[in-house]
Amino acid sequence: MNFLPADFTPVYSEIFMLIMVCVVMLTDLAAGEKRRYITYVLTQTALLGCAVITFVTFSAEATHQFSGLFVDDAMADILKIMVYVTVSAVLIYSYTYLKERGILTGELFCLVLFATLGMMVMISASHFLTLYIGLELLSLSLYALVALQRNSIVATEAAMKFFVLGALASGFLLYGMSMVYGATGSLHIAQVSEVIQSGVSNHEVLVIGLVFIVAGISFKLSAAPFHMWAPDVYEGAPTAITLFIGSAPKLAAFAFVMRLLIEGLGEMSADWQGMLVILAVMSMAIGNVVAIAQTNIKRMLAYSTISHMGFLILGFISADWNGYSSSLFYVITYVLMTLGIFAMIMILSRSGFEAENISDFKGLAKRNPWYALMTMLLMFSLAGIPPMVGFYAKFAVLQAVVNAGYVWLAVVAVVFSLIGAFYYLRIVKFMYFDAPETKEPLTVKPDVKVLVSANSLAVLALGVFPQSLMGLSLYAIQNTM
Amino acid sequence: MSVGFPLLSLIIWLPILFGIAVFSTGGDHNAQPARWIALIGSILGFLVAIPLYTEFDPTTSVMQFTENRVWFERFNVNYHLGVDGISMPLILLNCFTTPLVVIAGWQVIQQRVSQYLGAFLMMSGIVNGVFASLDAVLFYVFWEASLIPMFLIIGIWGGPNRVYAAIKFFLYTLLGSLLMLIAFIYLYRSSGGSFSIADYHQLSIPFTAQILIFIAFLLAFAVKVPMWPVHTWLPDAHVEAPTGGSVVLAAIMLKLGGYGFLRFSLPIVPDASHYLAEMMIVLSLIAVVYIGLVALMQADMKKLIAYSSVAHMGFVTLGFFLFNAYGVEGAMVQMISHGFISGAMFLCVGVLYDRLHSRQIADYGGVVNKMPFFAAFFMLFAMANAGLPGTSGFVGEFMVIMGSVQVNFWYAFLAATTLIFGAAYTLWMYKRVIFGAVASPAVEGLQDISNREFILLAVLALAVLWLGIYPFPLTDVMHVSVDNLLEHVSNSKL
Repeated sequence: MNFLPADFTPVYSEIFMLIMVCVVMLTDLAAGEKRRYITYVLTQTALLGCAVITFVTFSAEATHQFSGLFVDDAMADILKIMVYVTVSAVLIYSYTYLKERGILTGELFCLVLFATLGMMVMISASHFLTLYIGLELLSLSLYALVALQRNSIVATEAAMKFFVLGALASGFLLYGMSMVYGATGSLHIAQVSEVIQSGVSNHEVLVIGLVFIVAGISFKLSAAPFHMWAPDVYEGAPTAITLFIGSAPKLAAFAFVMRLLIEGLGEMSADWQGMLVILAVMSMAIGNVVAIAQTNIKRMLAYSTISHMGFLILGFISADWNGYSSSLFYVITYVLMTLGIFAMIMILSRSGFEAENISDFKGLAKRNPWYALMTMLLMFSLAGIPPMVGFYAKFAVLQAVVNAGYVWLAVVAVVFSLIGAFYYLRIVKFMYFDAPETKEPLTVKPDVKVLVSANSLAVLALGVFPQSLMGLSLYAIQNTM
Repeated sequence: MSVGFPLLSLIIWLPILFGIAVFSTGGDHNAQPARWIALIGSILGFLVAIPLYTEFDPTTSVMQFTENRVWFERFNVNYHLGVDGISMPLILLNCFTTPLVVIAGWQVIQQRVSQYLGAFLMMSGIVNGVFASLDAVLFYVFWEASLIPMFLIIGIWGGPNRVYAAIKFFLYTLLGSLLMLIAFIYLYRSSGGSFSIADYHQLSIPFTAQILIFIAFLLAFAVKVPMWPVHTWLPDAHVEAPTGGSVVLAAIMLKLGGYGFLRFSLPIVPDASHYLAEMMIVLSLIAVVYIGLVALMQADMKKLIAYSSVAHMGFVTLGFFLFNAYGVEGAMVQMISHGFISGAMFLCVGVLYDRLHSRQIADYGGVVNKMPFFAAFFMLFAMANAGLPGTSGFVGEFMVIMGSVQVNFWYAFLAATTLIFGAAYTLWMYKRVIFGAVASPAVEGLQDISNREFILLAVLALAVLWLGIYPFPLTDVMHVSVDNLLEHVSNSKL
């Protein structure tokens, strides 16, 4: 057997990221409180550098590396670039918010970058252990981020809940993975798939493992009935951190489902389809119905996330490339919309005032017509009204579901999205139909202003010209499977 | 006939671009430029639509002025436009109404002027898009997009209960449309990956599926028409909407539903349409008779006209499901005529409301003493609403009644009661508002209509009379398309 030195090209971006985390950490020690913007710029540079590396080393061919622990394929590269862009936008949106609340610390940047690294590893994992390591790196960073506001009781409580339930979910996952290992004798995703295909493994053991894995995945996706942590964490965490939790990790979670459920256990689709149907229906039902009763905007968005995750899961149910690419399209548009809406919440907040209630949007159209218009675009997109991109996301998923023969499921989905439309409309109502409660002008930094406008207009532009993003999703999936 | 020039795109996008321009004039300190840009945009929108009529070839039922470009190939969706004798008159009606709406809001709307007028212009373009789409997804996008401006118009500039009305309007119509979307996706699948409406017309579909698709379409279109019993959003929306909003709702939005039946329900699922025709006829007759009685009891003028709209639209759906030329053509004429008449009626009520800020019949009386010109116009429109021969209201109703005699005498009998109820509720309202002694000091102080209002009402009066006396320019263009549709529907697609 020849010993081949490993080719490090596929992991250049991860290595670069790791180095940059250390650089950021050390630089921050030297720069200190006064010159924190140096840390900030360095963090953005790290993300930009990773984007450049990933872009340059892009190849449609899948390369497996390090005895099959790591894979670099089209989907991985595309998702990673999305993650960099998302994290970078999150930091731009959050800068002022964090600074005003005194949590613009060096640790924050390190933790965000570590979480990003975790997502990158997750996205490129082709082995259960790599997947798990990436997930834990992400999760542990997130727990710490939620608890960053030490003096806040709600934030600490949220962090505790997040940590305990997250650890439980990780336990589920590990247990499921060990069952699968017991049945197939391998932790390599490709080998697991082969063994299952050959039919020599014990089906009962596999199914038990599958149940735990699906439960673990649902925790991470915040799909009902494993959604309990989401509203509390969304509400308790500082808005900037909520934005981070609600955006980029969803992209990683998509990759997680793809690697684990589709690539690894795709042969068992008949077994997991039924489970996913239940998860999807429950998520859409609980998410949309409970969101109506919320007065706290972050809680409402948490429930809205749950319902969107239900839609995301719908795409997987068809168990073909059509559905997966629809789900990928869905998750990308979802992240785009989440970024925009949380940015709006932070714009409405100011030092000493948290825009937490839905009624804080009252009269926004009179206070600032431009941001009201931008928020309205986002809201109609979340509700799935054309010509916003949210419509095509739902459309793509629904056509996959109908194509797989689940017409009734599509009907259930649209009925719940009708219910969901109500609470998005309610925000439009507050902005446009009600009088403002405060005349306080909105002070927004120019970079945030440009980015948030671009973000919202992208929701409209992608809605008018959805082909580019749809083509990209299709390309990513077809080159991976 | 296909001209190289993308006329339909121009008709759709010109108002939308002008709408954006009006929007971007900003706050109310720029109200006057906003008004002028909106007026120019809406008149241009009407002018560019005129070639649609003059260049139209009424001897063929194929789609004309077609444009076809790939929009996104992932789902084989095309930017496919075209009109036939059914959609072309509706586009003209819409383009004709928009300038009137802009003029109607000229002085009345003083807050957020640019947003108000911009919303109307965008809506005008979007509605043209609905009528001109030959691709189901494109149709759906325009269809849903039209909800957004209307939602804002009712919610921002409406009456006291506007929020309730706006949300009710939005959710009601969304419910129907979402099921229609699923029907489209189902058809996409069974046609082997096409969203072209023409392909759906040729597709054979099993009976059960036809019934389900029919019901999905029915929910979407019945809510928009609106048919009894899903009409309840309409009175709320009308009462709370500003005058311009009511005019567009009645004259244009309701026609979207009627158009949907002709373009989708009948030709795509003809067997289900025949099978369920009796149910549809019964629902239509309930709308005609029962809603006519409900209208009689209204104390609010706008509500009364809203209910009378429901009753008149009952004639439209009745005509469609008779499956004969009189019925369908009569229904088409009724749609256009109802566009003029209900628009004019709402403008008349708007004229009174602007002066007295009341829509209650009881607050008026003896208006003729103070506003003789207005009373004359209102008289004409009230007569047309009651279906007086010589006005456009008569032509459509008469043709539909003729069509229903061919099918069943009792259908015709019940439908004809509208001539009594319609006259009763309209003229009784007219009598209480216009005649009698001057009811109050407020009425005593009324000023007759301004030149602006005079032009508005005169244009509509001419349209109503022209269509009533000489309807052939309208029926001629739709004749071949309607015949073709009926022939298509008479063939089973099982």
